[in-house]
Amino acid sequence: MKKFISVLMSALIVGTSVFMLSGCGNGEKQQELNVFNWGEYISNGEDGTIDTIREFENRYNVKVNYTNYESNEEMYNLIKESNSSYDVIVPSDYMISKLIKEDMLEKINFDNVPNFANIMEKYKKTDFDPTGEYSVPYDWGVVALVYNKTMVKEKPKSFSVLWDKQYSGNILMFNNSRDAMAIAMRLKGINPTEITKKDIDVASAYLKEQKPLLKKYVMDQVFTEMEGDQAAMAPYYAGDVAVMMSNNENLDYMLPEEGSNWFMDSMCIPKTTQNKELAEKFINFMLEPEIGKANIEYLGYSTPNQKVYDLLDEDVKNNELNYPKEEYLKKCYTFSDLPQDVYDYMQEEFLKVQA
Amino acid sequence: MKSKAPSIPYLIWMLLFTIIPLIMVIYYAFTDKSGNFTIQTFKDSLFYTDVFIRSLWIALVSTLLCLVLAYPLSYVMSRSSRRGQNILTMLIMLPMWMNFILRIYAWVLLLQNDGLIDLAVKFLGLDVPLLGNAGAVILGMVYNYLPFMILPIHAVMLKIDNSLIEASKDLGANKFNVFRKVVFPLSIPGIISGTTMVFVPTASTFLVAQYLGGTGDKMIGDVIENIFQRDKNVGSAISLVLMVIILLFIIVMNKFGDEEVVA
Repeated sequence: MKKFISVLMSALIVGTSVFMLSGCGNGEKQQELNVFNWGEYISNGEDGTIDTIREFENRYNVKVNYTNYESNEEMYNLIKESNSSYDVIVPSDYMISKLIKEDMLEKINFDNVPNFANIMEKYKKTDFDPTGEYSVPYDWGVVALVYNKTMVKEKPKSFSVLWDKQYSGNILMFNNSRDAMAIAMRLKGINPTEITKKDIDVASAYLKEQKPLLKKYVMDQVFTEMEGDQAAMAPYYAGDVAVMMSNNENLDYMLPEEGSNWFMDSMCIPKTTQNKELAEKFINFMLEPEIGKANIEYLGYSTPNQKVYDLLDEDVKNNELNYPKEEYLKKCYTFSDLPQDVYDYMQEEFLKVQA
Repeated sequence: MKSKAPSIPYLIWMLLFTIIPLIMVIYYAFTDKSGNFTIQTFKDSLFYTDVFIRSLWIALVSTLLCLVLAYPLSYVMSRSSRRGQNILTMLIMLPMWMNFILRIYAWVLLLQNDGLIDLAVKFLGLDVPLLGNAGAVILGMVYNYLPFMILPIHAVMLKIDNSLIEASKDLGANKFNVFRKVVFPLSIPGIISGTTMVFVPTASTFLVAQYLGGTGDKMIGDVIENIFQRDKNVGSAISLVLMVIILLFIIVMNKFGDEEVVA
């Protein structure tokens, strides 16, 4: 019996080695890279732009598996609970600090990312990645107000206009607890970066006051509502506001005097990676000026990359929606990673406002 | 004895995808996050009582409207030629071949400000918002679930023998009495299954209110969807309460049906 097993084992070993050798004989096996990014968040060759993924595949003779997620939380759950091996992810600021805290990210070897030098000095280290070892900025933006000039006669100055009774029934609000609560908190004098349950109660009460004036709580539906002249105003992300404005000339934007959420999405390498070096190659590739320019023009958000910024048209550089003045950015706040119980409480209270 | 073997695949299916998930929902509903027994989940779901009542109310109104629309049509259908019946059935089924979200979204485009129907209403001199209220949600429900009312009633009415109607007429019943004494009692099983098939999904559906309703029209399905993403326990508790309410509704419906048939 023992003999039989050893024969079987040897046969197996010989078999696999032959198989592997023959694999090598056919030329090097194509490497694969798993990129996990937000939906519609990379320039894809539409309308004569650069097809970023194809370009990378051709240059390095690799295969990229590109998949999408819709929220940071969805991405987090997949990385944490499935055994899929993602190599590059693009989470937002507060999620990156959570991932660092939970030891889910690899330190990036910057020797393999020489183009990191292109990143503006002020974005090389951030609050969410204080040592700057885990993330490479992808893009950033602020929350702004988009409003319809035919319905709103005077340019608003503050998000308090979202509580203005004269626009009752024509106001849209974020259907997302963090963004909606942050606006309410800022107007109530609370810093939305780090919050307590008490702050959430204050914001919920204020949002309850607002509810009767609202037309709807929206996320993606904001595009059809605003582009179709169906509502007077909505707070939304600057890059998307720019897209809405390009589709309807009645629309204009406003940056609130009290400041708004400043957010950044960065490229990271999760611990699940099977090919860290290739992941670093990809990150480096995304930082190339021409690739970065095509990408940021597709996204509509703002670039943290100096070389890319230099290539942009003057009118884009001077557009305050995409590149607000330093003094505005100073008034803005970022989100931090909230303790789980506070985060759950916030989501629950927001649902109760709506129910 | 007849062999039960052919039903085994379905029984396995039912065990895996009905019984076990149901047990899991019950388990989650009675436990907290760390797996200890609790009824706090049900206390938490009490907050959504208003939403429950609103959903059941919308479901009830939608079901009644479906019944009012479907009943006469089903009768006329069942008395028309075979060819006519085929065409009508086809027309009723046709919208269901299209994606659900598309159909709801089409209503948004029709009802929104300066949408086709909105323009027509304005032309008649009325200026009322057609979208973003309970009326729009009910309209969406009726549009979506009407076929589920028509088809079972029609199926039952087809079986009503014309000779029964002729006989009652021969015996001197007028049109109203023919309906009251013959057609209606015989169609009750169809009304019951139609009502159940409309009421149950409308009470628990989500998305319709998100698209057609305003901020005051959140339905329990939307609440469950939202809660379930972060809290399986309270989400399960609310689902369980909804299931019990629907079960009670079905029991009452069936009781009502039995009594009517006996009477």
